[in-house]
Amino acid sequence: MTERTREAPVLAVRDLSVEIEGRRVVDGVSLDVGRAEVVALVGESGCGKSMIAFSIMGLLPAVASVETGRILLGSEDLVAFDEEAMRAVRGDSMAMIFQEPVSSLNPLMKVGEQVAESLVVHHGVSTAAAWGEAIDMLRQVGIPEPERRARQLPAELSGGMCQRVMIASALISQPRLLIADEPTTALDVTIQAQILKLMKDLRGLGDTAILIITHDMGVVADIADRVCVMYGGRIVETAEVHEIFARPSHPYTRLLLGTIPKLTGQRKHLLRSIEGTVPDVSEWPSGCRFRTRCPLADDACANVPPSLPVAGDEAHQSACWHLDRLAEVA
Amino acid sequence: MSALPHEAVAVERPFRRRWWAAPMLPFILIFAAFVLLAIFAPLIAPYEPNVQNLLGRLKPPGAVVRGVTYVLGSDELGRDLLSRLIHGARMSLAAAVLSVMLSGAVGTMLGMAAGYARGWVEAVVMRIVDVFLSVPAVLLAIITVAVLGPGFTNVVLVLALTRWPRYARVAYGQTLSVANMPYVRLARFMGAGRLRILFVHILPNIIGPLTVVATLEFGLMVLFEASLSFLGLGVQPPTASWGAMLSVGRNYVSSAWWIATFPGACLFLLVLSVNLIGDSLRDLLDPKSRTRRKE
Ligand SMILES: Nc1ncnc2c1ncn2[C@@H]1O[C@H](COP(=O)(O)OP(=O)(O)OP(=O)(O)O)[C@@H](O)[C@H]1O
Ligand code: SF4
Ligand SMILES: [Mg+2]
Repeated sequence: MTERTREAPVLAVRDLSVEIEGRRVVDGVSLDVGRAEVVALVGESGCGKSMIAFSIMGLLPAVASVETGRILLGSEDLVAFDEEAMRAVRGDSMAMIFQEPVSSLNPLMKVGEQVAESLVVHHGVSTAAAWGEAIDMLRQVGIPEPERRARQLPAELSGGMCQRVMIASALISQPRLLIADEPTTALDVTIQAQILKLMKDLRGLGDTAILIITHDMGVVADIADRVCVMYGGRIVETAEVHEIFARPSHPYTRLLLGTIPKLTGQRKHLLRSIEGTVPDVSEWPSGCRFRTRCPLADDACANVPPSLPVAGDEAHQSACWHLDRLAEVA
Repeated sequence: MSALPHEAVAVERPFRRRWWAAPMLPFILIFAAFVLLAIFAPLIAPYEPNVQNLLGRLKPPGAVVRGVTYVLGSDELGRDLLSRLIHGARMSLAAAVLSVMLSGAVGTMLGMAAGYARGWVEAVVMRIVDVFLSVPAVLLAIITVAVLGPGFTNVVLVLALTRWPRYARVAYGQTLSVANMPYVRLARFMGAGRLRILFVHILPNIIGPLTVVATLEFGLMVLFEASLSFLGLGVQPPTASWGAMLSVGRNYVSSAWWIATFPGACLFLLVLSVNLIGDSLRDLLDPKSRTRRKE
């Protein structure tokens, strides 16, 4: 745990499990995000990252449901909230932004109106009354000439600017928690870096805790304070960011990092280059779910699933039975 | 932090295209003329539409009887045909406007509800739509008016009742696709309620195709109203309406051709111009149909 999470965390997920048609796509996940902390949730496509985010926001797809666990925002357990109560929290004390910045904005609504949306929805003010705040917010996310831009439609803005607008609309209500699901994947590299820097700069404003979802270790290195590595619906390793890069302590993490080329700017789709394919969620192996692709796997791994913390200290946890043989994984 | 210059992108806005230009202009003018005639009928019409003149019966266009000039001739009761045509425009347009608004509103609400709520709402609404659309609308309208009784209000109600499913079907399909757009999803993640999502985020984005339907329906409603009046189920005499004038004129086609010809021509011009405007609107709002037609 870091300094920030030692005080009560903004978000505490405890033993969260999500099922889709009987399949556990999220299995016993626990994670904390502290005040003004950036936690990255990393893992291959389909490992359940978005399901965790949707559970927190209370908007799982109809086929999915939370089976076990608690999601504490401050001291309140969101799992126990009904839809009405969730709607009051959503977009106000916690907000979420997505990957597709351009199509995530209403094409017929002025940019300024969309930034003001949260104030209109949650605080019953008119768009006109919230206009000034919306323009301030646009300025804070680095949009030049915010007065003019606020009156434009999304089609008149570039992808990078649309992402800034989405961030502005998420942050205008000063949420305690911001979830960003692959916020930069659709953007080109220079803009990516700008957006990441922006998010880092802005979290201080409202002490916003940020949970960023990505499958890009480069993004993790850029922005995160702490990392949770996921595989097959479980968190397999968690540590502070420099720890993860300096002493990766799970075979999966080590393989992930081994696939980052030293050249920045070429780092998309890297997680896919680990040998083997992710097994279908319905047929996870017994014991450790990574064992079908793990170079260290043996019989011990097949029986009892390793869980956090199998080993390591409180700040750096890894769910693996063979920490002693880690050096064998390049 | 300031944005890089290449972040600024000029994008053509679809609504800037000058769709009304050139070929559509005459039809827009014709339509506008009918609208003006309808609105200002009492000011424009040279005579009272219902005043009979037994000496001026069945006079041809241009005839002058005791100082009354029948520009377009007179009918079997000696009423000025031009004045009746102008007042008839009122009936036609009013019936069409009201029934389009009513059926459009009802159909859009139901279609959006079905497309957004899904589940049983979708099942019930869309089954009813299917049933309505499988019965010929004119037949349905005739039967209902026959039951409810004739008259302007009933005509409007019946037209709305029989035509809402077309809007419902379009609104339903459009809502289905728009509801899955990321911006609607984001609105939900912002905590927007159902009504706000439907009316602020979905409706403005599906209003284009609905407007096209409404325009094409408008022409149809003019014809429906005329048909009902023609059958004596619409506006009751002596109130002027094109359908009723046609119906009477039918008896005098050989002796007084003008009684049926002029209302027929008006109907033709109005419906034609509205439909052409509707077509070009559709081309404007749906680039796919335009390329298809040009191929
Ligand atoms: N609507 C759905 N219906 C059925 N299964 C789903 C649905 N959405 C997700 N899943 C399944 O749930 C699992 C977790 O999905 P999730 O979207 O959380 O993955 P992810 O880690 O966010 O992946 P990505 O990086 O591709 O976004 C996947 O195996 C996926 O197949
Ligand atoms: S528990 Fe076994 S299979 Fe799982 S990661 Fe560790 S060594 Fe590999
Ligand atoms: Mg995802």
